[in-house]
Amino acid sequence: MSSMETTGRDNAHTKFDTRPIWRTFWVLLVITLVEITLATIHMKTEFPPKMVLNGIYLILTCAKAFYIIAEFMHLRHEIKNMIMTIAVPACLFIWFILAFMIDGASYNALRNRYDRHYADQSKVKVEQPAEKPNSPE
Amino acid sequence: MAHVVPAGQKWWSGGKSPFNVEYGKLMMWYFLMSDSFTFGAFLISYGTDRFASNSWPDPNEAFKAFPGFPHTSLPLVFVSLMTFILIMSSVTMVLAVAAGHSGDRKKVTLYMILTIIGGLAFLSCQAWEWTHLWHEGAWWGRNPFQNADHSQSTTNFTNFFFTITGFHGFHVFSGVIVNVIMLIKNLRGDFVRKGHYLMIEKAGLYWHFVDLVWVFVFTCFYLL
Repeated sequence: MSSMETTGRDNAHTKFDTRPIWRTFWVLLVITLVEITLATIHMKTEFPPKMVLNGIYLILTCAKAFYIIAEFMHLRHEIKNMIMTIAVPACLFIWFILAFMIDGASYNALRNRYDRHYADQSKVKVEQPAEKPNSPE
Repeated sequence: MAHVVPAGQKWWSGGKSPFNVEYGKLMMWYFLMSDSFTFGAFLISYGTDRFASNSWPDPNEAFKAFPGFPHTSLPLVFVSLMTFILIMSSVTMVLAVAAGHSGDRKKVTLYMILTIIGGLAFLSCQAWEWTHLWHEGAWWGRNPFQNADHSQSTTNFTNFFFTITGFHGFHVFSGVIVNVIMLIKNLRGDFVRKGHYLMIEKAGLYWHFVDLVWVFVFTCFYLL
């Protein structure tokens, strides 16, 4: 079982650099603050347009995900075989998301065209509720 | 730090792990892979439903409360606090892993305790948010919020919100349990006896995954 010595132990005693941890923390914090700032600006001024903003959110979210996986979960520092066994199956998400979003949009378009009741109902405004009684908090 | 590998190392010729990680850690990665598809299925079905709707409630109207400020509209503030807590506990978790690498048992104990506190703080925030929404009249099958264009909304909004944040909260809860077990094992000196702290790393992977999922939940429910 000589292989156990090399593979069973992993790189358990190599030095672990803590500087990237704090850098990653700041990156995550700043990205989150940027997202919140953009959302607040949008609430006040309706700028940037919601669809543009959604694109920015998705890019920033993927950036945060990358930093968590690469640095916190340490995947960037593993060997290439290891990285690929995670990254390649994760690419299925591209199909997964696109296929289902397009399917949902198509279903909605069909319903608006052929289901008169559904199309009419979604145009009816409900009355604004009167000022809510004090909530318990 | 990058593991130093001699040039021309033949990983697939047998006798060593082609992934250069311990078996349990590799299996944790594969578990997290499958778990990410479970969460992915939840979030994607939520997205499909939004794409299949003409309008949807505005999250800034639904989630605008903050403890101690009952009549002020503070969208995004509370959830930002929750995000900060979770990122912070992820940092203390990596610091525990780093302390394990240098065999510093006392520091591992300290950082595990901080991570557990972070997890409990997050769960408390979520409990408060759920309670608040419940008092507003929101629950599975009940949706008091109108669509953004003031048309009648369906219960899809609350059903997805409580199911997905609930599933995530359950992951945080089990992560806290795992971390408590790791803390007890560390205090008993199990890792010193073993000679390494790989168990802390595996618990850490799970804990970071919980943080990772929250990044997507945050975007999907509060921003988009």
